Amino acid sequence: MRAFTFERANTPAEAAAAVAHSPGAKFIAGGTNLLDLMKLQIETPTHLVDVNGLKLDTIEPSPEGGLRIGALVRNTDLAANERVRRDYGVLSRALLAGASGQLRNRATTAGNLLQRTRCPYFYDTAQPCNKRQPGSGCSALDGFSRQLGIIGVSDACIATNPSDMAVAMRALDATIETVRPDGATRTIPIAELHRLPGDTPHVETTLEPGELITAATLPPPIGGRQIYRKVRDRASYAFALVSVAAVIQRDGTGRVAVGGVAHKPWRVEAAEADLPHGPRAVTERLLAGAKPTHDNAFKVSLVERTLGAVISEARS
Amino acid sequence: MSDPGELNVNRREVMVGVGACAALAAAPLSVRAQPAPVGTPVMTQVSFNVNGQVRTLELDTRTTLLDVLREHLHLTGTKKGCDHGQCGACTVLVDGRRINSCLTLAVMHQGGAVTSIEGLGTPDDLHPMQAAFIKHDGYQCGYCTPGQICSGVAVLDEIKAGIPSHVTADLTAPVQLSEAEIRERMSGNICRCGAYSNIVEAMTEVAERQG
Repeated sequence: MRAFTFERANTPAEAAAAVAHSPGAKFIAGGTNLLDLMKLQIETPTHLVDVNGLKLDTIEPSPEGGLRIGALVRNTDLAANERVRRDYGVLSRALLAGASGQLRNRATTAGNLLQRTRCPYFYDTAQPCNKRQPGSGCSALDGFSRQLGIIGVSDACIATNPSDMAVAMRALDATIETVRPDGATRTIPIAELHRLPGDTPHVETTLEPGELITAATLPPPIGGRQIYRKVRDRASYAFALVSVAAVIQRDGTGRVAVGGVAHKPWRVEAAEADLPHGPRAVTERLLAGAKPTHDNAFKVSLVERTLGAVISEARS
Repeated sequence: MSDPGELNVNRREVMVGVGACAALAAAPLSVRAQPAPVGTPVMTQVSFNVNGQVRTLELDTRTTLLDVLREHLHLTGTKKGCDHGQCGACTVLVDGRRINSCLTLAVMHQGGAVTSIEGLGTPDDLHPMQAAFIKHDGYQCGYCTPGQICSGVAVLDEIKAGIPSHVTADLTAPVQLSEAEIRERMSGNICRCGAYSNIVEAMTEVAERQG
């Protein structure tokens, strides 16, 4: 790990300004992903701004009838929150399907949104990776790509976003609140938070330098059967090959977002019109234009089958 | 009460340092007030409670909680397995919750309370979970055991607190203790010897005795 200076921020705006004005600075909250990457020198911040004291750790009703989740709410606490369990079950389920108990106790809502890919070539500093070292090439394209992306990919990067929570938040149409270094705030629909890799895979979000996530807000509850189904190599504590977050209404309509397939939680609203017609029709539109590799072509049918299982469960 | 371990670096100092460097100012600055050149350790004072005792240490900011416990406080019960949060051997309780001590910086726990395996029980006065692991043979080589026991104690508390898990069937009903619940919740603690079934038995016995 490279040496770094450290400070504790007292307000969100102060934290944002501290990171924006100090080249090489990063926020640290739970630290479960950042410290892992710092040990491997994939991340080499020269200054850390500890945001744990910012008091952004509450879950409160929003004026619109939804729920405002502070950026520092730990994954365990969000999953266990009574209102989340009752009204946004898909979010509880997604959180509980991710990581381990120890990690969920530490990992925060904003940190979960901003966690980096687990592409093995991003982690292997002996290999080229456009995300880690822009312009160096993508080792995954001709490498072991079983875990990696099938849609929205580019010639520069086929990494996936590893978050389960973000997939559920995408299905729920969460909005992300931020504060910028000048103190101005804005909200970003979660659909617009994560970017596709394109030719700049190292730029993963639409956040500006120093912009700090302060909350994620869920719209008022939409009811329905809320299901998160995650398919992975182990029964627990593994990243998704494919996951489906779904909210299915009694009449068979609903929403569906997919994880493990793209650089961001993958949702195509137009495909949801086909939900009453079954998984094949939905998957054809959801994954139209997919460009899987030889190793991960199975994910196309896995999405369809996982979605089929979710639709069946919703009807049961 | 004044905080004896208050961090010696405040934002203003750091920011002044950065600005001054950018302007190539010749005025001498403390090492702390500048971005650290590669390889130059940045030292800071941290104070927290470990197993009931307040400990104040002068530490490199890079020091993980795990390394503080093992290398600075010589509490070697907590083990370093993968050092990347994948194996759970370093699990300790911080402010009452289990975390991977390898994936957190000591400096982030100013004023906090840490319980390691040494704080749960002693050879003469075992924690019930330690006694149950011995009774049920919940280990072979023993390397993962301190982490398993810390995690096991916390898991029973989490179930009691009503925190659901991936295998909890009904999110709106009280959580029931079961083998499936224990196995799912312990998935962050890897045991290369494969003592899992005996660990489940040990935890089940402690849970049943707690009622």
